[in-house]
Amino acid sequence: MGPVAWTWVLVAASFALYALAGLWGRARTTSAYYVAEKQVSPLLNGMATGADWMSAASFISMAGVVALLGRDGSIFLMGWTGGYVLLAVLLAPYLRKYGKYTVPQFVGERYYSRSARGVAVVCAVFVSFTYVAGQMRGVGVVFARFLDVPVERGVLLGMAIVLFYAVMGGMKGVTYAQVAQYVVLIAAYLVPAIYVSIMLTGNPVPQLGLGGRVSAEGARVLGVEPGVHLLQALDRIGADLGFGRYTAGTRPRIDVLFSTLALMIGTAGLPHIIIRFFTVPKVRDARASAAWALLFIALLYTTAPAVAAFARAGVVQSLNGKRHADAPAWLADWERTGLVRFTDRDGDGVMRVSGDPARNEVRIDPDVLVLANPEIAGLPPWVVGLVAAGALAAALSTAAGLLLVISAAVAHDLVKGMWIPRVSERGELAWARGAATVAVLVAGWLGVHPPGFVSEVVALAFGLAASSFFPVLVAGIFWRRATREGAIAGMLSGLAVTTAYVHWFKFWHPELDGPAHWWLGISPQGFGTVGMLVNLAVLVAVSLRTPAPPQAVQDMVTNLRYPREPVRPAPAPTALRVGDRR
Amino acid sequence: MERDRRDAYWRANLRTVAAILAIWFAVSCGAAILFADALDAFHLGGFPLGFWFGQQGAELVFVLLVAAYVAIANRLDRAHGVFED
Repeated sequence: MGPVAWTWVLVAASFALYALAGLWGRARTTSAYYVAEKQVSPLLNGMATGADWMSAASFISMAGVVALLGRDGSIFLMGWTGGYVLLAVLLAPYLRKYGKYTVPQFVGERYYSRSARGVAVVCAVFVSFTYVAGQMRGVGVVFARFLDVPVERGVLLGMAIVLFYAVMGGMKGVTYAQVAQYVVLIAAYLVPAIYVSIMLTGNPVPQLGLGGRVSAEGARVLGVEPGVHLLQALDRIGADLGFGRYTAGTRPRIDVLFSTLALMIGTAGLPHIIIRFFTVPKVRDARASAAWALLFIALLYTTAPAVAAFARAGVVQSLNGKRHADAPAWLADWERTGLVRFTDRDGDGVMRVSGDPARNEVRIDPDVLVLANPEIAGLPPWVVGLVAAGALAAALSTAAGLLLVISAAVAHDLVKGMWIPRVSERGELAWARGAATVAVLVAGWLGVHPPGFVSEVVALAFGLAASSFFPVLVAGIFWRRATREGAIAGMLSGLAVTTAYVHWFKFWHPELDGPAHWWLGISPQGFGTVGMLVNLAVLVAVSLRTPAPPQAVQDMVTNLRYPREPVRPAPAPTALRVGDRR
Repeated sequence: MERDRRDAYWRANLRTVAAILAIWFAVSCGAAILFADALDAFHLGGFPLGFWFGQQGAELVFVLLVAAYVAIANRLDRAHGVFED
């Protein structure tokens, strides 16, 4: 079987699996629809959270971006894992103790305010839509490249499957599907990485291969002498072509710092991740879920830099100085998608790769590297199919998690919470399904007609999650004195500062978007950290000048801090044992 | 008495959280970003040390930190009578 046949088989099989999961986990109550009846085990929740979290961006784009940025790529590697430390120690256990269904609901009850809940709903829906559009686009691109299906039809297929299991299964169905999707996506990521690691360094563990020495076969592939460290070889190849050293950072330190923090804090403020911790039976299960989730995520995120380095070395060596007419088949396939372009500047028909944009003849979109990796390395055709299925799993699992946030925000926070408080259980469920359906349709439309500014808006989504939710949630748990007025003022000022800064550089004055004009050298991507600090400062200042929260709310906060009511201490066990013997 | 017990649990929890966040910050923002260039003078196999922290080391430490928190928090729960059965 060829790569296309394998891809069809693996994609069809994995889709059938997700549909079955949705069917099996069908939700009949709002508790099942929103939080899977709080019956998910920590291990499974960790896998589901991993799939929920790792999106098309993590699977398809990240390694390519790291390959492009070298050491500065650690902004994403640390930024998208470090947030789980914050989640585990600052949010997950306490929000699980709260025990209700949505993040806006918590904000509304903790800050005894429907306005606060309203602001939270708007943030949650905006952040989630921003994200979901990118996922549906990713689905379309994978279908277009691997199965020769037009992007529109690929998006439709993706919508149909998500609609089926997310709308029918709710959180319960989505959880089971995400567990399956995690398995597919991690296998799809690791298998080619292990193959290539063995090929280049002889080490089957890609994480170690990255720091290892080039093997005899690797030396032949890369055109370097055997026994040299892979990273050294990469530094040298980069320097020869005018790229600068791979292991040295080029972005200003302060921007790397703020961008990394913004991604970490943003991660901890994303509603679709937070609600995953609502689905486990106990508070300590929420903590354990965070540990499992981070382990499963780190498995991919520590493999990514190896994939990045392997791909960068491999691509440059397989193209640079070769005649375009003799180029391998994968190049022509990708050229058709427009993601790879060859511009023969000197008209000699030979491809030249260079760090100097005026001399470089081959432009490769970072999104290509992970998807093209198996073909570049000449891996068996089933690996190509597996990678396509993995990319689809990553995109679909994240899309489903986001759709649940949107549907819960509409049905639970708007309809039940504000509009028709006496809506019946069945009525609310119908609203939730209706909202999810509409959200899928909108997401699909955005996927077919992507707004030209997707990447800009994603930077904004993280900035908004960091500057709106995170400080308000943390203060709500750790500071009883935080007031309604403080939270609303904090959220609005954090949002305003971040939105204004991002808009200024991304929409109004894109020509000024550079380190020279950034405030303190902080890029729009990293400005969420500043927004977070502004939010926190305003929250504290306003809270101290407004009346303390009602006693009932303060008691609720106290209650969040204890997994259960303390029981009388048992008599000291050693003394007891001595007594027993006598 | 009851109140002291509750406060003792929360204070112990806060100390744990503070210690974990201090390490989290030191490794990610310190070793991998602010002091990365200085650490690159040292090598771990083929990795310059600062580069390694950013690409793999910090992520590894994060996993260990959360695992440690799970263990410590469960112990605190038990010691203070708030462990869920």
